[in-house]
Amino acid sequence: MGWYVVKRLLQAIPLLIGIASITFFIVHLAPGDPMDVYLEERYRREVDPQVIELIRKKYGLDQPLPVQYVKWIGNLARGDLGESFRYRRPVASLIAERIPYTLQLTLLALLLDALVGISLGITSAVKQYSTTDKVVTLGSLVLYSIPGFWLAVMLVLVFSVNLGWLPTSQTRSLDYELLSTSGKIADRLGHLVLPVFVLGVASAAGTARYMRNQLLEVLSEEYVLAARARGLPETSVILKHALRNALIPIVTLYGLALPFLLGGAVLIEKVFAWPGMGLLAVEAIGARDYPIILATSMMAAVLVVLGNLLADIAYALVDPRVSFDATRKA
Amino acid sequence: MLLSVQNLSTYFFLEEGVLRAVDGVSFEIAENETVALVGESGCGKTIVALSIVNLVSAPGRIVQGKILLNGEDILNLPAGGIRQIRGRQIGMVFQEPGAALNPVYTIGYQLREVLQLHQGLSRREAEREAVRLLAETGIAEPERRAKAYPFELSGGMRQRAVIALAISARPKLLIADEPTTALDVTVQAEILELLRYLQDQYKMAILLITHDLGVVAEMAQHVLVMYTGKLVEMARTDALFRIPKHPYTQGLLNAVLRLGAGQKEPLCGIAGAVPDFLNLPSGCTFQGRCPIGDSTCTTEFPPLREIAAGRRCACYKVQGD
Amino acid sequence: MPQEKLELVILPLVPPVAAAKGRSPFSIARRRFTANRLAVVALCVIVALYLVAIFAPLLAPYDPSAIEDVMKTRYLPPSWAHPFGADEFGRDLLSRALYGARVSLSVGLLAMLVAVFVGTTYGAIAGYAGGFVDNLLMRVVDVVIAFPKFFLMLILVGIFEANIGALILILGLTSWTDTARLVRGEILSLKKREFVEGARAIGLPHRLILFRHLIPNAMASVLVSATLMVGGLIGAEAGLSFLGIGVRPPTPSWGNMVSAGQDALLVAWWIAFFPGCLLALTILCFNLLADGLRDALDPKTLMRRYV
Repeated sequence: MGWYVVKRLLQAIPLLIGIASITFFIVHLAPGDPMDVYLEERYRREVDPQVIELIRKKYGLDQPLPVQYVKWIGNLARGDLGESFRYRRPVASLIAERIPYTLQLTLLALLLDALVGISLGITSAVKQYSTTDKVVTLGSLVLYSIPGFWLAVMLVLVFSVNLGWLPTSQTRSLDYELLSTSGKIADRLGHLVLPVFVLGVASAAGTARYMRNQLLEVLSEEYVLAARARGLPETSVILKHALRNALIPIVTLYGLALPFLLGGAVLIEKVFAWPGMGLLAVEAIGARDYPIILATSMMAAVLVVLGNLLADIAYALVDPRVSFDATRKA
Repeated sequence: MLLSVQNLSTYFFLEEGVLRAVDGVSFEIAENETVALVGESGCGKTIVALSIVNLVSAPGRIVQGKILLNGEDILNLPAGGIRQIRGRQIGMVFQEPGAALNPVYTIGYQLREVLQLHQGLSRREAEREAVRLLAETGIAEPERRAKAYPFELSGGMRQRAVIALAISARPKLLIADEPTTALDVTVQAEILELLRYLQDQYKMAILLITHDLGVVAEMAQHVLVMYTGKLVEMARTDALFRIPKHPYTQGLLNAVLRLGAGQKEPLCGIAGAVPDFLNLPSGCTFQGRCPIGDSTCTTEFPPLREIAAGRRCACYKVQGD
Repeated sequence: MPQEKLELVILPLVPPVAAAKGRSPFSIARRRFTANRLAVVALCVIVALYLVAIFAPLLAPYDPSAIEDVMKTRYLPPSWAHPFGADEFGRDLLSRALYGARVSLSVGLLAMLVAVFVGTTYGAIAGYAGGFVDNLLMRVVDVVIAFPKFFLMLILVGIFEANIGALILILGLTSWTDTARLVRGEILSLKKREFVEGARAIGLPHRLILFRHLIPNAMASVLVSATLMVGGLIGAEAGLSFLGIGVRPPTPSWGNMVSAGQDALLVAWWIAFFPGCLLALTILCFNLLADGLRDALDPKTLMRRYV
């Protein structure tokens, strides 16, 4: 398997270069002078044009585009993501700061998604055509259709504004420092409830539908009939024989969730003012903070590529019919 | 009498109408004998097999009938009851080799599972018995194969593994649904040989479902001919092949190519096509394709009458001997 | 004796059973679709919503940007005069919602058309040409799909300060890859069927084969995918507008109305409530419609399975 991973990573390099190039050119095609971002409009008039030129030079923005491009690729290879215009700090450190917050949300949401989604999907498939099935199917479709950000706002309305049970936003309360240790934990958890719930529930709905379909397909396979014909108890037939097959595509789906882990919570982070990667990216876009925009785009794309690799590896591990020698192409 | 099927009817309730897959079928199988159930694809043979072990799923349902296994009605057993029968007293082999095998578990694992369930063997005992069973069904290097996954085996080997699974609990009846149809001709012969050997070893009865008359001639003592969900002829194999009575049976036998037949002899098929199950004509369903049918055949489906010792035929035009 | 089922050459999929009965796959599909009440209701709701959006100027009781006596009309709760209430500037929210419908619904539909057009052409060329061309085109697709869709939309719309037209283009140009793969897959499998050889044998030019015979056959699955896509694009536009990057105020879009509503959540819950309901309803209907279409067009059940 080691060789397989190395081979895939090497194959991914031209892809990554392609991604980096596209990112670079798109961002630099955008209208507007970065200097307008770096210095707000009113300060520009006061600042000596020569100073502006010096700053431009510092960021290498006076160079022709191809030169900037090469420098950018070179920097990327070294892991240098540049410096944010707004924060005047290395982008890498900003990202490192924000990642844990996003991970808190997305990891917990994925857990919720897996637990609720898979079990509901199984129940629904096993009890096909029953009322439970119809409720779950329709319910998950409805939940899946509701825009996440609106659901979040409505839940805030009900649980924070009206009932006062949960906080409206942020990761912790204003008086956090004054709380006891257990109080601190409770506070953090309280702030996590709504965002994780909204994120998790929406994806759980999708997972439940998918799980149901997969399991139904497997249940119509001949080996399930054969298992019953051998006299195996129904629980065994479903949970051991059918499920093991039905879960295969689901597992690979979770491999593909890698990019979600770091960027999927953009809208939720906005609603709850959650200081994560998504919010960083959105604010950077609004403020034309190009270094951050470039860095987060690259990151997102790299994660998708890695996620695909992860999904393929997971597939090969979980399905004995797939070996690492045969290269799988979607 | 080991198995006695009495007036079995299994219908499928579709939105387009009621499909009478099995309609009033009755037959018997004695111990240690092979009975063949023949008919074209889609005539309901497989549903008979599934009905016997009560594995017909929605929208199908067994609407009437009794199935007596050693005198006990197994259709109306309580929930856990039929599960005791499946695999233990009645084994099943399906058509697609290896489609009965779960692709993500090894052969050995699937065998062990059944052995531990039906015979209460320990894990170690089950492992050994699994290897023994694989060897008995003619799989070379059984220890190695036991650790293999189904996709690593050839079609013939997979079918042997499926047979091993089916006979693991030494059932009294083995239902084999087209066990050789999807295999190469040479492998077919081996599998049939295997079935005969196992039958001899374990004194099993076999219900052999097939559309291949050659297989019937080789294996079965009795033949049941089925058409559109009903039995139209029942006879001993040699009698049936020598003098088929029902026009449909005659058509089937005529359609078989004979080795040595001259090039000038035309290929005989049966005229017409199988009628739509949802729109069966009233009366005999073979009308329109039958060379001897007339207006008397249009009111009601002919009953299965005993026309000679051990022979029954469902045709108004056939007289008894 | 396996029975070979003869396929009618040149004409698209005519199942032998149906042909014998005189029922074409389209009428079977249509009948199955109409039997699915939920899907039919969803279709009606969608049509109604689009009609309302088209006739918004006639239906809206007020001018969506009219600001009258702010002190009197500020943050009015829902009432007969203002069924959806009024926002912080005293503007009638029902009227804004109606005009917002125009934005959200049209963006979704038009962006889908862009995506389907680009995707179908791309996928058809890749699938039909095969070989090196196919490989090259699919590598490009690999690069495009490497970017998470919403993120890509966010960045492109944000840094180009897209107006509605550019928004539609960007949404469409980030969503065509699924359609392309779908069409390519269908064309690849259809290419192997005899009727293509037959068409070539009688000398039909590539273009005709592609457009007259192959693409229409692929359209069934594209239809389902496209319906789902509209729902997704409406949601995407709403999300972008919510973030302040898509459609910006004062132009009303359901997304930015929810955003404004969040700011006023403590005093005026209705500002965020109603636009979101409309969003949820619209997307739900598109999903139900897609489900209904998928069930009706399922090729596995178009040919009846014999027992």
